Amino acid sequence: MLSGLRKSYGPIEAVRGVDLAIAPGETVALLGPNGAGKSTTIDLMLGLARPDAGSVSLFGLAPADAVASGLVGGMLQTGSLVEHLSVRELVAVVASLYPDPLPVDEVLDTTGAAAYADQQTTKLSGGQTQRVRFALALVANPDLLVLDEPTAALDVEARRDFWATMRGVASGGKTIVFATHYLEEADAYADRVVLLVRGQVVADGPATEIKARVGGRTIRATLPSIDLAEVCTLPGVVTADRRGDAIVLSCSNSDAALRALLEDFPAARDIEVRGAGLEEAFLEFVTDGRGVPAP
Amino acid sequence: MSKATYLRAEIVRTFRNRRFLLFSLGFPLVLFLAVGGANKDRSLSGIGFALYYMSGMVAWGSMVAIVSSGARISTERQTGWTRQLRITPLRTRTYFTAKIVCGYLLALLTIVVLYVAGLFLDVHLRVSEWATMTGLVLVGLVPFAVLGVLLGHLVKPDSLGPAVGGITSLFALLGGAWGPLGSSRVLTDAAKCLPSFWLVQSAKVVLHGPAWPPAEEWVVLAVWTLALGRLAVLVYQRDTARV
Ligand SMILES: Nc1ncnc2c1ncn2[C@@H]1O[C@H](COP(=O)(O)OP(=O)(O)OP(=O)(O)O)[C@@H](O)[C@H]1O
Ligand SMILES: [Mg+2]
Repeated sequence: MLSGLRKSYGPIEAVRGVDLAIAPGETVALLGPNGAGKSTTIDLMLGLARPDAGSVSLFGLAPADAVASGLVGGMLQTGSLVEHLSVRELVAVVASLYPDPLPVDEVLDTTGAAAYADQQTTKLSGGQTQRVRFALALVANPDLLVLDEPTAALDVEARRDFWATMRGVASGGKTIVFATHYLEEADAYADRVVLLVRGQVVADGPATEIKARVGGRTIRATLPSIDLAEVCTLPGVVTADRRGDAIVLSCSNSDAALRALLEDFPAARDIEVRGAGLEEAFLEFVTDGRGVPAP
Repeated sequence: MSKATYLRAEIVRTFRNRRFLLFSLGFPLVLFLAVGGANKDRSLSGIGFALYYMSGMVAWGSMVAIVSSGARISTERQTGWTRQLRITPLRTRTYFTAKIVCGYLLALLTIVVLYVAGLFLDVHLRVSEWATMTGLVLVGLVPFAVLGVLLGHLVKPDSLGPAVGGITSLFALLGGAWGPLGSSRVLTDAAKCLPSFWLVQSAKVVLHGPAWPPAEEWVVLAVWTLALGRLAVLVYQRDTARV
């Protein structure tokens, strides 16, 4: 449960008013481009940073108290492992800090870290390190698991194993919040996707809905003096925005939208069709206020 | 239970760090064997040179051991490990306590190694004298344990070497660990305000009468411990608010 969260680093406003209520058992993806404020939101959630305004409550507790009672576990985006311990020793030490940890060997197995359990933590590859970091979060067996870009540095197989494990965790009734850049990941594994751009939540809903809005392409065309609501009804168009003389259409099906646009609005010129990056697709929302939602 | 496991892991980590051990134990030992060995038959301030020099090395070596143990927090902050720990139920107090316990173990090892070297250079003391000396040195190290934790939060890993080396050398020099400060009254009086002066004197307790240590020592140690502790808390709070 986050309300009215704000955090600035000097002149940079990293998080600008985020409100989120997450129900127990939900799997929520924080989706957003680089610098969107995902990690900052997670830091605020875990009590690693203090908000300038707003508040965080986890299971009715302040973050520090929830963390202290072992209700929360997590994997941060950055951070290396501590030296002079083997992987197994490290996982065991972290497990010992929690009231209800999973068995160490079981976690080493599920994360695939068993293969190098007796190696020193400093002698691992990037992906192996990432798996151990995941093991540290998992062994805690917390009610809320927070993961910041958990699959960065993992190969395809490791990614698949990772998500299979997460499915198991989710089906055990745990709440999971993870940050990612990848719409596909958010779509495949989250019940709910929160799209964060420039420190604000620009969309929040079931993955399919977000996918329709972001996964498509945008069409940009010079087309002065028409009614936005009219182009909005074209097939395949999700939202329409005006940028001076130009209109920008976010499309779920750009082919259908383009055909219809040319047919119904022969005056349209300078047409561009682009794959919409997360940032591009939602820049309009953030800078100009709202787009006109499709009916 | 969780505290014991964590503490054990920290101790294991400290003693697996070979290079760290080698340098902390090595420097005072080599210096003692070289200088103490060469001047074995002389005497200084009314006691055998070897005993005099061993005491100085005990004070300096244990000080360096305990300060650098705390200062290693700096590296754990840099690599993000402390952030990872802050999202576990581990208490901040347990984290710091473990660092200080490791520092004390390392200091104790340094002291014992120097004692053994002292035996080889014909330093002979009664058991009660060895014990009093050790006990007083361990108490004298308290402000330095806190200083280590403070430096761990103030100094980045890349400047840790010079910072710890420079500060401990200054304390050792002014405290008289490397030899008498000379006859300047002002300097000698000023040195009495330093915790290292009392640490060095603790290591030389056999020189003093049974009335030693005076209340002054406890006051100086307490003031330094409280002041450094207060600073460490401030720096820690600044650090965790900003991250
Ligand atoms: N410690 C910090 N000091 C100063 N600025 C920061 C700090 N941490 C983050 N920022 C700034 O805050 C903004 C949001 O950063 P954040 O790390 O939350 O983004 P993110 O969504 O996690 O991005 P990424 O996908 O790259 O991980 C960025 O503009 C970044 O420059
Ligand atoms: Mg991030």
